[in-house]
Amino acid sequence: MSVDKKTAEKVARLARLAIPQDRLEPLADEINGILGWIEQLNEVDVDGVKAMASTVDMSLPLRDDKVADGPTGGGQPDNIVANAPQTEENFFVVPKVVD
Amino acid sequence: MELRHIEPRHLLQGDTGDWEVIIGLEVHAQVSSESKLFSGAPATYGAGPNENVSLVDAAMPGMLPVINKYCVEQAVRTGLGLNAQIHLWSRFDRKNYFYPDLPQGYQISQFKDPIVGEGEIEVEVTPEDTITVGIERLHLEQDAGKSIHDISPSNSHVDLNRSGVALMEIVSKPEMRSADEAAAYFGKLRTIVRYLGTCDGNMDEGSMRADVNVSVRRPGGELGTRTETKNVNSLRYVRQVIDFEARRQIQVLENGGTIDQETLLFDVKTGETRTMRSKEDAHDYRYFPDPDLLPLVIEQSWVDEIKAGLPELPDVKKKRFSSEYGLSAYDASVLSMERDKADFFETVAKGRDGKLASNWVTTELFGALNKENLEIGQSPVSAGHLGKLIDLISDDTISGRIAKDVFEIMFETGDDPAKIVEERGLKQVTDTGAIEAAIDKIIADNPEQVAQVKEKPKTFGWFVGQVMKSTGGKANPKAVNEILKKKLGV
Amino acid sequence: MTKIENHTLSSLRDALKNKDLSSTEATQAYLSRIENASSLNSFITLTADKALDMAKASDAKLTKGEGGDLEGIPLGIKDLFCTKDVLTTAGSHILDGFKPGYESSVTSNLFNDGAVMLGKLNLDEFAMGSSNETSFYGPVISPWRRNGDTTKITPGGSSGGSASAVSAALCAGATATDTGGSIRQPAAFTGTVGIKPTYGRCSRWGTVAFASSLDQAGPITRTVRDGAIMLKSMAGYDPKDSTSINQAVPDYEAVLGQSVKGLKIGIPKEYRIDGMPAKIEDLWSKGIEWLKDAGCEIVDISLPLTKYALPVYYIVAPAEASSNLARYDGVKYGFRADGDLPIDELYEQTRAQGFGDEVKRRIMIGTYVLSAGYYDAYYLRAQKVRKKIFDEFHDAFKAVDLILTPSAPSAAFGLGEKSGDPVSMYLNDIFTVTANLAGLPGMSVPAGLDEQGLPLGLQLIARPLDEETMLKGGYVLEKAANFKARPEDWWI
Ligand SMILES: [Mg+2]
Ligand SMILES: [Zn+2]
Repeated sequence: MSVDKKTAEKVARLARLAIPQDRLEPLADEINGILGWIEQLNEVDVDGVKAMASTVDMSLPLRDDKVADGPTGGGQPDNIVANAPQTEENFFVVPKVVD
Repeated sequence: MELRHIEPRHLLQGDTGDWEVIIGLEVHAQVSSESKLFSGAPATYGAGPNENVSLVDAAMPGMLPVINKYCVEQAVRTGLGLNAQIHLWSRFDRKNYFYPDLPQGYQISQFKDPIVGEGEIEVEVTPEDTITVGIERLHLEQDAGKSIHDISPSNSHVDLNRSGVALMEIVSKPEMRSADEAAAYFGKLRTIVRYLGTCDGNMDEGSMRADVNVSVRRPGGELGTRTETKNVNSLRYVRQVIDFEARRQIQVLENGGTIDQETLLFDVKTGETRTMRSKEDAHDYRYFPDPDLLPLVIEQSWVDEIKAGLPELPDVKKKRFSSEYGLSAYDASVLSMERDKADFFETVAKGRDGKLASNWVTTELFGALNKENLEIGQSPVSAGHLGKLIDLISDDTISGRIAKDVFEIMFETGDDPAKIVEERGLKQVTDTGAIEAAIDKIIADNPEQVAQVKEKPKTFGWFVGQVMKSTGGKANPKAVNEILKKKLGV
Repeated sequence: MTKIENHTLSSLRDALKNKDLSSTEATQAYLSRIENASSLNSFITLTADKALDMAKASDAKLTKGEGGDLEGIPLGIKDLFCTKDVLTTAGSHILDGFKPGYESSVTSNLFNDGAVMLGKLNLDEFAMGSSNETSFYGPVISPWRRNGDTTKITPGGSSGGSASAVSAALCAGATATDTGGSIRQPAAFTGTVGIKPTYGRCSRWGTVAFASSLDQAGPITRTVRDGAIMLKSMAGYDPKDSTSINQAVPDYEAVLGQSVKGLKIGIPKEYRIDGMPAKIEDLWSKGIEWLKDAGCEIVDISLPLTKYALPVYYIVAPAEASSNLARYDGVKYGFRADGDLPIDELYEQTRAQGFGDEVKRRIMIGTYVLSAGYYDAYYLRAQKVRKKIFDEFHDAFKAVDLILTPSAPSAAFGLGEKSGDPVSMYLNDIFTVTANLAGLPGMSVPAGLDEQGLPLGLQLIARPLDEETMLKGGYVLEKAANFKARPEDWWI
C-alpha cells in the first residue's frame, strides 16, 4: 500500500493540517518510506491472535455517581476558559459555524 | 436482511407505482445521573455557560476519563428492559472528528463491542396492531457540547455543559414501515426508560432524541440508500421527517435521480429536511479502542442483581391489567403506558371493580387532568379518594350520576368524597316510601303515558327520567325501576 | 561543604537533614548553575521565584526536623507535566502561553513529599523524538563531548532536557517520561540512571499525552539510589487515571544492596544486532560478567519478535497520538492562527503552524493507519503483533527474573547527524521500545564510555511491578561498573 499525493491530501484534511501543495508529494514519500519499513509486520503470523487490549491485567475501574469538587468537577467556568484565545462571558468563541 | 412482511396499507403510491418505506431509529437517551459519564461535573440542565464543565470535559491536556458506575448500571437496566443480551465484556472506542463542541476531537463511544446487544420490544401502533421491533444494540457514549449561533453575527459561542453527559444510544433494526410505527416505537422506548427510571424522557430538554434513518424501495425490491436526519426531538417531528423524506425520496427516484447517503437536519418551521452544510468528511471516524480506558468487564451476578430489581414493565403490566382487572386492550394499554399512572390505577382498583376503576381513572380523571394540563402527580384527586368515591357508588350511597358531580367537587377542592356527600346531602334515596310517593304522583299526573307504556315499552325510560328528576337524581335507580315496573304492570 | 555539583540526590537529602546546608542554599546554587548553562538549553522555563519560595517552606520544615522524603530537594520537571499556573508547553508552539489551572499527579506527589521545582525542562515536541531536536524551543545540548572535539552532541530524547540537566548537575534529579525509550535512551546517552516503571505505576493524570497505552513517567537521576528515592515518590495509585494500578508502592531504596544471588538473568540473542558498535558488545559482555560475579545465573533466551517491536510502535504510537493531539485546535487554549478564517481553516492553519514537522508526520501516519480501509492492515495487525510480543516476554519471564540488554544501539550522536532520515532516528529505540509495548519496567544504568569518551548504558527489564528486583540488579551493575566519568563544565 502506498500513499500518493491525493491520499496525503485526504489524510491531511482528516487531521486538519494545512499542508502546502508543494509539500504533499515529499510528505507522501516520507510516509511511504516509513510505511515500507513498517510493512515487515506482514511476515508475522497473527492468525487467531487477539489484538492487545491493555498491558494492565485489570478491568475498567468504576467510580461512584457523585458530583466532584476540584479539577474533575464543575463550577469553575473561569478556570475552563482561562487559557482560551477568544472568550465572551465564559463561552469559548469561534468563527461562525454553519450546520 | 429479513424484513417484516409489508402490509398493503403501508405502501406509498408514487406516479410510477408503489413504494415501501423502511425506517430505523437511533435514539439517544440521556442517563438520569448526577454526574457525567467520565467526569464528576454535574449533568444537570440549564446552568450558566461552562458552569457544569470539569477540566476533563474541556479536554485540558493530560485529563483522563473515569467511568461512572451508575451509568453502566442504567445501560444494563435499559438493556434488560429491552429484552436484550447484556455483554459482560465491552469496550470504549474513540470516534474522531473535529467540531467546536467536541473538545477532545473525539467522542468516547462504544463501536465494536457495545455493552448491550440484540433485543426486541413490542410496540402497539394501534390497539389492534402490535408489532415487534428488533433492537440492534445499546451503547454508552458522551454527549457533545453546544454551539450557539445567534449571539453574534460573526461568531459562534461554545458551551460545554452537555459535553460528557452520559447517553445511551439505542439502535433499532430497520424494521419500521410507517411513520406511525416509528413514532409508536419511539414512544414505547420512552415509556420503557421512564419505567426503568434510567432516563427522564424529557424531549424538550433534549434528554431523548432520535436520528431517523429513512429509505424507500419498490415492494420487495432491493434496499434503497438511506438518509439520516439528526436529533429529532418529538414524536410529531419523527412522523413529519418520515413523511417528508419518503415523499422526497420517491420523487427523486421517480424523476430518475439517486438518493445520496447523507446526513440531514429537520427544520421544524418548514417541516422539511435539509442537507447539513458542514458535512463530516466522508464519515471517516477512525474508530479505535480508547487507550485511556480498559475493557469494561462486569459480573453476571451484578446483572442478575439488576434484573431482580427491575420494576414490572409495561408489556407485562398491560397483560396483567387485562387478566386481573378484566380491562379492554385499549384501557390496559393506556393505563400501563406510564408507571405513575399505572400505580395510581392500581391503588384505585385494589379490592374494587377493576372496570369501574378503569373507567373513572381513564375517562373522568385523565379527562379532567388533560383539560387543566396537569400531570398525574399533580392530580388534586388522590387515588385513595377516587377509590372511596367508587366505594360510595358500589354500596349504593350515591348513584353514578351523582358521583360525577361529587368528582367535580373533589377535583376543585381535593376533599374526601364522603365528606362532600355528607355535607351536601347527596346521599341516594333508598327509602321506598319516598320513591313510591314520587312515582304515584307522576302516574297520576300523566294518564296518557301510562296508557301508552304497555304498547310502547320504550317509553318506560321516560318514567325513570321523571322520577330521577323529581328526586334531584338521588333516588336509587334500582328501586325506581322495580317499583315503576310493579306499578305500571310492565 | 560539598559543592552542589558533587551531590547526588541522596547525599543532598542527607545533607539537608543534617543541616549541612539549607534548601535555599542548594536551590540558589542550582539556579546559578542553570543560569551559567543556558547554552545547553535544558530548561524552557525557569521558575526561580517559585523555587525559592518552595525552598523557604522546606527549610522551615527541615529546621523543625520535619518534612517529606524529598524535603527541600531541587528538581527539574519535564515540560510535559502540567504544573499549576506555570507555563506548560510540551515543547510545542501550539501550547503557547498555556498555564494549566491544575497540577499533574506525579508533580503533586513530588511536591507533597517536599520537592522544590527549579523549572520546566526541554523535550522533543510532545515527546516525539530521540534527539531533542524537534522541540519548538530548540535542541538541547548534552554536557558531554567527544574526546578532543567540540561537536554539539545530543542528550537523546525525548527527555533530553532532563538528561542534560541531571548530567550537568543543574538539578538533583528530574522527572521524565518514556513512551518508546524516552527515559532510558537519554539516560544512556548522558551517563545517568533512567527508570521507566511498569505501565500504570505512575499516574498519567495531568501529563500531556503522547501515546496513552505506552506513556509512563519515571525519574532521571545520577545514581540508582537517587532513582529509587524519586520513583517511590512519583509512583502511586491514582483514581483519576483508569489505567493506574492499585497496589502499594514498596520502599525501593530499601532493596538496594540486597543480594542478587541466584537471580536468573536472560540474555536475548536478538538484541545482538548488525552494525552494533563493538564497544557496546563488550560492555554487554562485561555486564553479564558483573552479574555472574554477583551470583546471578545467566540464561540465553530468545525473543524472536524483537525486530517487529519498532514497526508495531510506529503504528500504535502515531495512531494514539493522532487522536490525543486532536484537542489542540486553537479553541480552548494555546496558539490560534491569525486571520479571519472559517472554522475548518482555522483548525488547519492553527495545527499546521502550531505543530512541528515530526509531530505532523506522526499525526499523518496515525491518521492514515486508522482510516477506513487501512485499520485492519495496520492498526489491528500491529495490536496483534503487540500481543505476541507481550506473550513472548511473559513466557521469557517464566524462566528468568531479569533481562539484560544494551540500552541503545549506539552512543550519543552529533546534532543534525540523524535528523534527515526518520527511520534511522527511530532505530535509536530498538532496545527500549519492547518494554513499552509489553508494559514492563526497564531501566538504564551507566556502564562505561565508548572510544570517543561518550557514555554507554546497560538496560535491565523486569516482570510487571517487579521494580524491586530490577533496582537490585541495577545497583549491582552500578557498583561493578563504578562509572565515575563526569562531563567537564565547558559551558560555563
Ligand atoms: Mg446516529
Ligand atoms: Zn450516538
